[in-house]
Amino acid sequence: MKQVLDFEKPVIELRGKIEELKKLTQESEMDLSEEIETLEQRLEKLEEDVYDRLTPWNRVQMARHPERPTTLDYIHSIFTDFMELHGDRLYGDDEAIVAGIAKYKNQPVTVIGHQRGKDTKENLRRNFGMPHPEGYRKALRLMKQADKFNRPIVCFIDTKGAYPGKAAEERGQSEAIARNLMEMAGLTVPVVCIVIGEGGSGGALALGVGDHIHMLENSTYSVISPEGAAALLWKDSNLAQNAAETMKITSYDLKELGIVDKVIPEIRGGAHRDIKGQAKKIDQVLQESLEGLKSLSKEELLETRWEKYKKIGDYTTLPL
Amino acid sequence: MLRDIFNKKRKYASLPNQEGKQDVPEGLMQKCPGCNKIYYRKELERNLNVCPHCDYHHQQNAYERLESLLEKDSFEEWDRYMVSTNPLGFPEYEEKLEKDRKKSGLNEAVITGKGKIRGYETAIAVMDARFRMGSMGAVVGEKIANAIEQARKEKIPFIIFTASGGARMQEGVISLMQMTKTSVAIQRLHAEGGLMISVMTHPTTGGVSASFASLGDFNFAEPGALIGFAGRRIIEQTIREKLPEDFQTAEFLLKHGQLDDVVHRHDLKNKLETILSIHQPGGELS
Ligand SMILES: [Zn+2]
Repeated sequence: MKQVLDFEKPVIELRGKIEELKKLTQESEMDLSEEIETLEQRLEKLEEDVYDRLTPWNRVQMARHPERPTTLDYIHSIFTDFMELHGDRLYGDDEAIVAGIAKYKNQPVTVIGHQRGKDTKENLRRNFGMPHPEGYRKALRLMKQADKFNRPIVCFIDTKGAYPGKAAEERGQSEAIARNLMEMAGLTVPVVCIVIGEGGSGGALALGVGDHIHMLENSTYSVISPEGAAALLWKDSNLAQNAAETMKITSYDLKELGIVDKVIPEIRGGAHRDIKGQAKKIDQVLQESLEGLKSLSKEELLETRWEKYKKIGDYTTLPL
Repeated sequence: MLRDIFNKKRKYASLPNQEGKQDVPEGLMQKCPGCNKIYYRKELERNLNVCPHCDYHHQQNAYERLESLLEKDSFEEWDRYMVSTNPLGFPEYEEKLEKDRKKSGLNEAVITGKGKIRGYETAIAVMDARFRMGSMGAVVGEKIANAIEQARKEKIPFIIFTASGGARMQEGVISLMQMTKTSVAIQRLHAEGGLMISVMTHPTTGGVSASFASLGDFNFAEPGALIGFAGRRIIEQTIREKLPEDFQTAEFLLKHGQLDDVVHRHDLKNKLETILSIHQPGGELS
């Protein structure tokens, strides 16, 4: 049973009614096919109304859906021979980030991503997908390895943010994030980043310096959570829904701002409704990306990466 | 009692707080948050804004910083009139910018340019916390990235003084991307052997701490400066424990291996000169 979000209740209810009628038809001799057909048409219309017009806040809810597919779900659907590798060689192994080598259509790649848990127990182990410095340092270690062996890197972004903890600060959360930004800028292999859930601030960015950045339709990327923004702006975290709009955090917003390359369409009703189907849509975009980046020389790769980020952010000149 | 012991051990750990706010006439006199003594502002300014009694480092604004470090008339400012466009159409943002421009005499939260420190030509960026708490939006990111690029092209060192609450919320994810922009610029500088020195001043937090502030060949901080990624209150709420008083101070970071050194403002120019002389312009061997 999928968890139902408030705005999709009418859809789920109607869908349930149709199921019931279908069951009734099978069990009894009644012919309800006409009623069923009418209802199915109404369902189609209702789904369009609800899912094709999601508000920014609805998308936040989708991005946070407890059953939303995680990095490992996509890794297992899109890649073969995935081998997870552990540890930063300095302090420990942070399970809020998974990383390893794999094959993508028989080509070697390195895959890295934030990893949430599917239940409370796993979430505790994975710290709800909120990394410590050792997580970012593990990621960097394996990116450098990919660079050495000349294989492309794919990053899945899915975190509320870097963990705000005492130990994280002591071990240099800032430095770990900063170093990843800088070192990723210098990688001479193609880097493709895909935001699959929440892209929370610097903690997301630390896996996010790519040649291409794509976002699932219902994912978000933001400098601060809508709740945090509302608390700062209006001293009221209950106004998060408004903040979700004001802060421009949806995939379509980021596309418009020129930050994101492609919005990857989602299965109607959210990626969690069909993980395999969603993986296929990601796969398509990933293939195009890697295909396109393959033709660039190392120098071209670095230069276009610089140009990509240099142009983000408008400014003007003060009239004298 | 415990507090007294702490205070003796760490002169600089206490940060500006409500107690420190002056109940004395503003402008002429100043009350020191470090020792609670009241003295003339002039006296403080003559001492590079360091308390003559307790060594508390009061903030220096960008102009004071440049004046205290650079040879007279050697400064050439870059991108001076670059200002924000309010990219998200954020309510009341333009008014806030205008207000800060008036209040601080600055056009944005950073001044960039080049000048001479004891004969050594350097590119320099100085952030100023009086402007939108030194937060980084598109203009701050662009000015810093431009300054780094200019240093790379001219093969001169790049020195940055950070003072910032982090990313500027009113520019949303665009401000976040300035962390990337500046870091990519630094990567290009380092790749060509350029020298970068970062001096973190009070406060250096959030996205600024997690990007260029931490990416120097040398990372220093001023005594007592607040430096960290996440805010103290958020951490306390998350881990449900009280944090030590010196948490996220420059001294705390030094102890945990996150800084090359904590440098007293009176020693700063000498230290910079030494590093510049050791590396020669551009960081090349000569
Ligand atoms: Zn004092």
